[in-house]
Amino acid sequence: MSDVLTVTDFSVDYLGEQTVHAVRNVDLTLGRGEILGLAGESGCGKTTLAYGINRLLKPPAVITSGKAVLHSREGTDIDLGSLTGEELRAFRWDRVSMVFQGAMNSLNPVISIRAQLEDIFSTHRPAMSKADRRTRCGELLERVGVDRNRLKSYPHELSGGMRQRVMIAMAMALEPQIMIMDEPTTALDVVVQREILLEITRLRDELGFAVLFITHDLPLLLEISDRIAVMRAGELVELAPAAQLYNSPQHAYTKLLLGSFPSLTGERAAG
Amino acid sequence: MTYYLRKLGFYVVALWAALTLNFFLPRWMPGDPVDLMIAKLAAKGPVSPEIRHSLELLLGTDSSRPIFLQYVDYLNNVAHGDLGVSVTYFPQTVSTTLADTLPWTIALMGIATIISFAIGILLGQLAGWKRGSWLDNLIPVTTMFQAVPYFWLALVLLYLLSSVAQIFPTGGGYDVNTVVPGFNLPFLRSAVYYGTLPALTIVLSSIAGWMLGMRNMMVSTLSEDYIVTAEAKGLTRRRIMTTYAARNAVLPSLAGFAITLGFVVSGSIITEQVFSYPGIGMTLMSAVQNSDYALMQGVFLVITISVLGANLLVDLLYAVIDPRTRARA
Amino acid sequence: MAALTDPAVVVESAVREKRRRRLSPKLVVGLVICGGITLFGIVGPFFVGDPQKVDNIGLTPPGSGHLLGTTQTGQDVFAQLAYATRGSLLIGLTVGLAALALAAIFGVIGAYAGGWVDEAFSLFSNVMLVLPGLPLMIVISSYVQNKGVWLVAGVLALTSWAGCARVLRAVTLSVRNRDYVAAARVSGERTWRILCVEILPNLVPILVSLFVFSVIGAILGEAGLAFIGLGASNSWTWGTMLFWAGNGLALRLGALWWFVPPGVLITLFGAGLAMINFSIDEIVNPKLRDQTRRTRRGWKASKEQIAVAEEATK
Repeated sequence: MSDVLTVTDFSVDYLGEQTVHAVRNVDLTLGRGEILGLAGESGCGKTTLAYGINRLLKPPAVITSGKAVLHSREGTDIDLGSLTGEELRAFRWDRVSMVFQGAMNSLNPVISIRAQLEDIFSTHRPAMSKADRRTRCGELLERVGVDRNRLKSYPHELSGGMRQRVMIAMAMALEPQIMIMDEPTTALDVVVQREILLEITRLRDELGFAVLFITHDLPLLLEISDRIAVMRAGELVELAPAAQLYNSPQHAYTKLLLGSFPSLTGERAAG
Repeated sequence: MTYYLRKLGFYVVALWAALTLNFFLPRWMPGDPVDLMIAKLAAKGPVSPEIRHSLELLLGTDSSRPIFLQYVDYLNNVAHGDLGVSVTYFPQTVSTTLADTLPWTIALMGIATIISFAIGILLGQLAGWKRGSWLDNLIPVTTMFQAVPYFWLALVLLYLLSSVAQIFPTGGGYDVNTVVPGFNLPFLRSAVYYGTLPALTIVLSSIAGWMLGMRNMMVSTLSEDYIVTAEAKGLTRRRIMTTYAARNAVLPSLAGFAITLGFVVSGSIITEQVFSYPGIGMTLMSAVQNSDYALMQGVFLVITISVLGANLLVDLLYAVIDPRTRARA
Repeated sequence: MAALTDPAVVVESAVREKRRRRLSPKLVVGLVICGGITLFGIVGPFFVGDPQKVDNIGLTPPGSGHLLGTTQTGQDVFAQLAYATRGSLLIGLTVGLAALALAAIFGVIGAYAGGWVDEAFSLFSNVMLVLPGLPLMIVISSYVQNKGVWLVAGVLALTSWAGCARVLRAVTLSVRNRDYVAAARVSGERTWRILCVEILPNLVPILVSLFVFSVIGAILGEAGLAFIGLGASNSWTWGTMLFWAGNGLALRLGALWWFVPPGVLITLFGAGLAMINFSIDEIVNPKLRDQTRRTRRGWKASKEQIAVAEEATK
């Protein structure tokens, strides 16, 4: 399997009266079409790492070492750290898109779903005709199981699950190579959570994008990911295929994490 | 739909409250305004029984008619536009006087408020967007302008720009000697020239309020999740600032419009006096100076109705900008 | 039980927070300005002569025995300013407290009681809010000849509390639904106790900020009323000084020393209070604190580091 993203020696500090090393010397690769799970307790630096890769961190957070390189479909390597201004803006969402934690707040409350979807095309694909944009937006919604009529709705008129589906539709819009999902199902109830996860795996199979899936919910990762990385206090302590990590965890912290969930989930994950 | 009905209902209640206040105020207050006014009117010309009756209804008198019926008659009179006769502008009726002066005030304050709101919101947006920039550091300085009494600033500007520098006229609404009021270019040009300094006063005194409020909301809005989403989407900075941040940040400023408008109205009433501007504020002043109670009540009523109208407009605009209000109400 | 420990934790962390952060420069500047003016208002009148004393040295420029010159009738401007400062501050303080009390009654109690009481109180406040204050003040004042200071203060308070009530209502509504208030209610605490012990302390920063606003509003409102001749009779305030200065054509005669000082003091005092309000805002809303130049200096980061980090947000 060829790689789509290589992260080497990546570190992020939060500057302040006492500097916090949020991410320390992380090495990571993401294969094409792979779902890589990133697990760890809250505050361990998972989200900071993801934001850092996509260059979304704001001061006082600074990247102190390392780099993230994307291997594009066209065969060129793009160093994310070297992108500036307009290049960085054009790169975002086109190559790497994101689905955020707060389904409630990730959508702009005062403009319609259509406007938020069309935003993407009018910025990244200015040549696209208005009619094409409209049809494309409708297709995207239907692809994630939301009725086309919902385009004219506003975020507050949708349920939590539907909002997250809309986010996923947006993330697919430009057919990116990587989708970073930061706790995409945490705020949802279990049934909706399951539907969304099925949707994500199905879409991944159809479109072949790679997923960096961040969550504190290890059993959930065991179920959907190809490989799992475990983070603790900013460091990557273990990275292994899902089954291997479950059956023979190497690091003490991984064992602790696995032990803290009821064994019920284990049987399914092994199967 | 319910949102609009609720808002409309509220303003009907507010209007009723204003009318009722207007009816009871002169009756509660010490002294006998009717006798006072009639004595003054009699000095200027004959007072017909109709005028006397209408004044009694407006200002209250110890007539034997039950207060409730007086109230009904009063509402009826107001509905027909009968607000009594003015002493100051005798024999003009109060309604005519108001119709002559109100347009001046609405034009002056309307334009000044729109300019102040637009510039204030724009600068506040930029200051909040670029934290720590020179514009942002200027914010505490602008509060000085907020604390300056309107009339004092007006007098200082008048002194500096009319007496010392002689750029602007010292007062009035237009050049009475050379132009004739009406829809002709010389008059409009003259009105704009005469209105610039009063408008500048209102803008300078009120702009800081809008700016500070918008800047603070902008800062709060920028840490919302949907801003990060917009950044990750690779939208242009301009689009994030306007459609995503500013459009959400402006909502509290609009919701608090009533409070700010109250300050602007209060300030400009006195400002008109300083510039001898032929608007409703100056009419109120002359009414006060001449104990012209009928005119005073009329001015209060008209100012209140205009303020209610402006607030209603802003509430309707709010519903257009924030789709959530339409669903919630 | 967890609900009961909550306030303690909050207080403790607030104390720690305070110790860690030094006073912001805005707060210091605001306190110095307002403290200085207040001190002048308290102490000043003891050291100056009679502000009413007429002399035939009308419109003497500052200097020679008269620190700020004299008025048209030869009264000492500095003496007037001292008394006026005291008068304006007293009115500001009285009106601020009265408006706050009214706002608390209609805002806090309404929101806490809920139901039709809340509906009625909030409708009343909203109606009072949209009725224009100054015209109402002018109408009321013009009916009464020979007004005392208390009457003017009363009118000012009556026409200015509504905005505060609306803010207090909103805040109370959010506090009311917090867990520890619910816990207190369930455990059978008396209503007034819940209001005073559980709810009021949370409103303190907002109350201070609203008080500051009311004081600015009252001083400006009184100045406006006094300037058009509707102030309290026989009183000295910044507004009445400006009224006499206006009547005496101070500006047209070039007597800036008579006209400028009261206005400058109003402006300075208002700006000082606004600075204090800024700092309160920054305590209440931490988002307003970060990213300022001062906190950036605290990061101890090199310029290049910040420049690189900021590239992402340009």
